[in-house]
Amino acid sequence: MTKLTIVAHDGMKFEIDADDGSTVMENAIRNSVPGIEAECGGACACATCHVFVDDDWSETVGTPDVMEEDMLDFAYDVRPTSRLSCQIKVSPELEGLVVYVPERQA
Amino acid sequence: MSQITETDVVIVGAGPVGLFAVFELGLYDLECHLIDILDRAGGQCAELYPEKPIYDIPALPVVSGQELTDNLLTQIKPFSPQFHFNRMVTSFKKLDGGRFELTTDEDEKFRAKVVIVAAGGGSFQPKRPPIPGIEEYESGSVYYSVRRMEEFRDHDLVIVGGGDSALDWTLNLQPIARSVTLVHRRPQFRAADDSVNKMFALHDQGALKFEMGQISQLHGDNGQLRAATLKHADGERELACTRMLPFFGLTMKLGPIADWGLNLHENLITVDTEKFETSEPGIFAIGDINWYPGKLKLILSGFHEAALMAQAARKIVRPDEKVVFQYTTSSTSLQKKLGVK
Repeated sequence: MTKLTIVAHDGMKFEIDADDGSTVMENAIRNSVPGIEAECGGACACATCHVFVDDDWSETVGTPDVMEEDMLDFAYDVRPTSRLSCQIKVSPELEGLVVYVPERQA
Repeated sequence: MSQITETDVVIVGAGPVGLFAVFELGLYDLECHLIDILDRAGGQCAELYPEKPIYDIPALPVVSGQELTDNLLTQIKPFSPQFHFNRMVTSFKKLDGGRFELTTDEDEKFRAKVVIVAAGGGSFQPKRPPIPGIEEYESGSVYYSVRRMEEFRDHDLVIVGGGDSALDWTLNLQPIARSVTLVHRRPQFRAADDSVNKMFALHDQGALKFEMGQISQLHGDNGQLRAATLKHADGERELACTRMLPFFGLTMKLGPIADWGLNLHENLITVDTEKFETSEPGIFAIGDINWYPGKLKLILSGFHEAALMAQAARKIVRPDEKVVFQYTTSSTSLQKKLGVK
């Protein structure tokens, strides 16, 4: 189990005990975090689970791969810390991870 | 005069469930025409995840979206389904004698006693980028596709996106537009190298502009676009433009089916669980597009729904024929239809 915090756009914090190996998107959906739509169900085929990774965590979480970067072209307000939450796998090294849900999904 | 096709069954949607419906209906000699907005069969399996493995198709431990589609096409080949791609059903009406008429955006008409809606998440349509107020400019300034190039002649164009559509239209419209600015958030593109090279060559000659960034706002009056705000790494500025073409991929929308008068439940079509018939007798809905208590959006559920639907559809098309249920493993008549005997 790894603790992560997903902050909805209205500021509401969701503190979640996430299974290692699950994705941040799956945890967001399971906990009904508003603003994570995940239209394609985690196939990296839409851009509706976009999150901003907290600046302090950005380096640990890492950068998107080529396919994810392509999908991010369809997201709204893409920033250097943007990731698709279906492509972030929870692991013990992410203990305490914080991500923010953007104002809207594409 | 539009072309009229008469058939037993029209299937709207050529995804996995629509394809398997051809099989189940074919066992009862029902002829099917399929209409799909995409340019090929497979629906989401082909468009969204052709390479992705699917693990929950019975007896196939793993299969990709494309393999599943190809296998289904092989399986239904004996029934010679007729495909009509790149078309959307735009209108629907009831004819006398319990028949239906569907019209496509290519102005063809299909008449059938049974209509199967197997449209999955709906029809694939261009995605509207989440720019506030973009709707106001959609009749005349913002276009999601190019139907007539003349609409863009002598205009200042902003084209947004990094895929083949964005690059292709940048290159095709550049000669006739007054100015073309391509906006993409990064210097890498998801497009053919050749187009990207051509675009950069024109950029270097000063024949078009490439701007890195994202469009955050639109400005204009009464739906007439005047400028767009470009947000880039160092700040914001305005790009003067009178036409914008955003290419942000495809999304699924229920589309005109919503206006057929069928009972809906949260944008899905309500059906019974005996025949998967909608509130309009003779119109069935199977696969992800339908809803009933306990519905699961699984391909396998769609296959089951297709089999039960076919029993009811047969009775509508051939009410007087008495048919005994048979198995493909043992029935020589079914095997004959499948071309294996």
